Amino acid sequence: MSLLQLDNLSVTFGKFRAVDNISYKVEEGEVLGIVGESGSGKSVSSLAIMGLIDFPGKVTADQLSFDGKDLQAMPEKQRRKLTGSDIAMIFQDPMTSLNPCFTVGYQIIEALKTHQGGSKKELKKRAVELLTQVGIPAPESRLDNYPHQLSGGMSQRVMIAMAIACNPRLLVADEPTTALDVTIQAQIIDLLIELQRKKQMGLVLITHDLALVAEVAHRVIVMYAGQIVESGPAAEVFSTPKHPYTQALLASLPESASGKARLDALPGVVPGQYDRPQGCLLSPRCPYATDHCRKEEPENQGSLNRQVKCHTPLDTQGRPAA
Amino acid sequence: MSKTNVADSALILKAEGLKQHYHVKQGMFKPEAVVKAVDGVSFNLEKGKTLAVVGESGCGKSTLGRMLTMIETPTDGQLGYLGQNLLTLSKSTQTKLRQKIQIIFQNPYGSLNPRKKIGTILEEPLVINTDLPKADRKAKAISMMEKVGLKAEHYDRYPHMFSGGQRQRIAIARGLMLDPHVIVADEPVSALDVSVQAQVLNLMMDLQEEFGLSYVFISHDLSVVEHIADDVMVMYLGKVVEQGTCEQLFDNPKHPYTLALLSSTPQLSPEKRRLRIKLEGELPSPLNPPSGCAFHGRCRFANERCKSETPVLKLDSYDESEQGHLIACHAVEENRINLAEEVA
Repeated sequence: MSLLQLDNLSVTFGKFRAVDNISYKVEEGEVLGIVGESGSGKSVSSLAIMGLIDFPGKVTADQLSFDGKDLQAMPEKQRRKLTGSDIAMIFQDPMTSLNPCFTVGYQIIEALKTHQGGSKKELKKRAVELLTQVGIPAPESRLDNYPHQLSGGMSQRVMIAMAIACNPRLLVADEPTTALDVTIQAQIIDLLIELQRKKQMGLVLITHDLALVAEVAHRVIVMYAGQIVESGPAAEVFSTPKHPYTQALLASLPESASGKARLDALPGVVPGQYDRPQGCLLSPRCPYATDHCRKEEPENQGSLNRQVKCHTPLDTQGRPAA
Repeated sequence: MSKTNVADSALILKAEGLKQHYHVKQGMFKPEAVVKAVDGVSFNLEKGKTLAVVGESGCGKSTLGRMLTMIETPTDGQLGYLGQNLLTLSKSTQTKLRQKIQIIFQNPYGSLNPRKKIGTILEEPLVINTDLPKADRKAKAISMMEKVGLKAEHYDRYPHMFSGGQRQRIAIARGLMLDPHVIVADEPVSALDVSVQAQVLNLMMDLQEEFGLSYVFISHDLSVVEHIADDVMVMYLGKVVEQGTCEQLFDNPKHPYTLALLSSTPQLSPEKRRLRIKLEGELPSPLNPPSGCAFHGRCRFANERCKSETPVLKLDSYDESEQGHLIACHAVEENRINLAEEVA
């Protein structure tokens, strides 16, 4: 049984489908990377898992289950208990996701109190333990600090401490290092992966940094305009991409253009609410698009292990199949 | 050298010992503290070349950019533009010359006035600095918009109607309106997605070729820098720690900080992930910088000398083949770093 299973999850805001029938699984101890440009629905899909989509957003799914339990069917109260303890989330911007009016200690203890309870002394001891675990020096004195007294890297460590406070089995990290410097990013990612291995958590790592996913993820999902266009083992997807979008994303990275004067930029931008094309959503930007692509939306092809949503998936040489 | 043409002078911008020190009040009874945001930066920038400035946030790279465009006046040092010292000239000459050094900011959502139409935004530099008639200004704005890949019909639109990539194109067009020789680009692509980032980088390189522009490219993204730069300068806490050509720095990095930056940058291909030098801790507070080498607290090669003596920027005496590759490190000077041990 998978830790998290989604089948045909969609999130709609009125007529706009921000997430369009996506399905994936996360196993225990697995790192799943979700990549895509802004506006591809990465964050909205993770908020849907957490149950954080408010009106007018609407979440529908054939299946949305955590550890075999149906998240949609269970009462709201029970679901609230699950989120925050068994399923935890780390948000992108640590500076704004901590409440500036309360001390760090208060905010960590709040999470512990809600989900586990205990005496004041125990809770404080546990909070110190957590801060030590995420590598914050002098944790006792840090408990009384307010968020503005911490640097970006420190705040993100506090966020991680809050997220792992109740020993979650699934951790959703939405761009956890985007706001940080590279040296700090390396520290935070090392910390996350170390914790993930030690606790055998499932980790969903949402990012637009392809190289980061290539380094740490076991499996990767590439999203475009709310749909999953390709998924598979990370090493395979990055070495032999089957979807033209994945290929184009990789080619537009400066490091793939060594010796070349210009980068292979994908023209255009992700379609928004009002300019969704007919047929395959990538067709206006895709160099291989045919009339067939412009009329009809492609189906998912391949095994569950390696899927691609394209009429003419690329072969190992990176050319479209005839 | 009074009147020099760009055509016959390769050297456009020359900085010598540029410093920017801020005085910070710490309370009524405490003495004022001095933050050395930029502390002695020197470089030469030639026509059509790109100098990249790399470092973590708080290392002074943006302050350097602001000094080059004279948004801020340096507290010390010299800034030569085509042989004239910009800092000692009269106000009116300064105003004329600073038109030729323009800046592009990081966040295209914040750097464009939301109440003004694109046309107005683009023409503003012309209104202030030239006496071109209205029709000519409009013609120039439209031709510049076409150069950066926007359409003429965008002239009457407002910034909110554009995507991030398009806004950065507008910001670039605005920077080019006065036919500058130097563009200081402060993290121009870090707010953009990879595919759009590639479009903007290509555009910047095309424009560089077309107009013979020189770029000072401020960035924290080493893979972008490796692609676009001719020369690279790595800064740490206001000081340059390593400086050289792009090949020297990426093929043969020497300073422990540069090594750490390179190994912290995620790499797509497994072959490139060789070094594993992870840094402990964070950038120290510039209010209270460490003694000696500012990097010694995070450096695994540090010894007693690093703690007391500030290293100077100089050539590596063990590697004479490297012309112009400057490093400020005692460990490199004493040949204490064995890279073979660091390769994972």
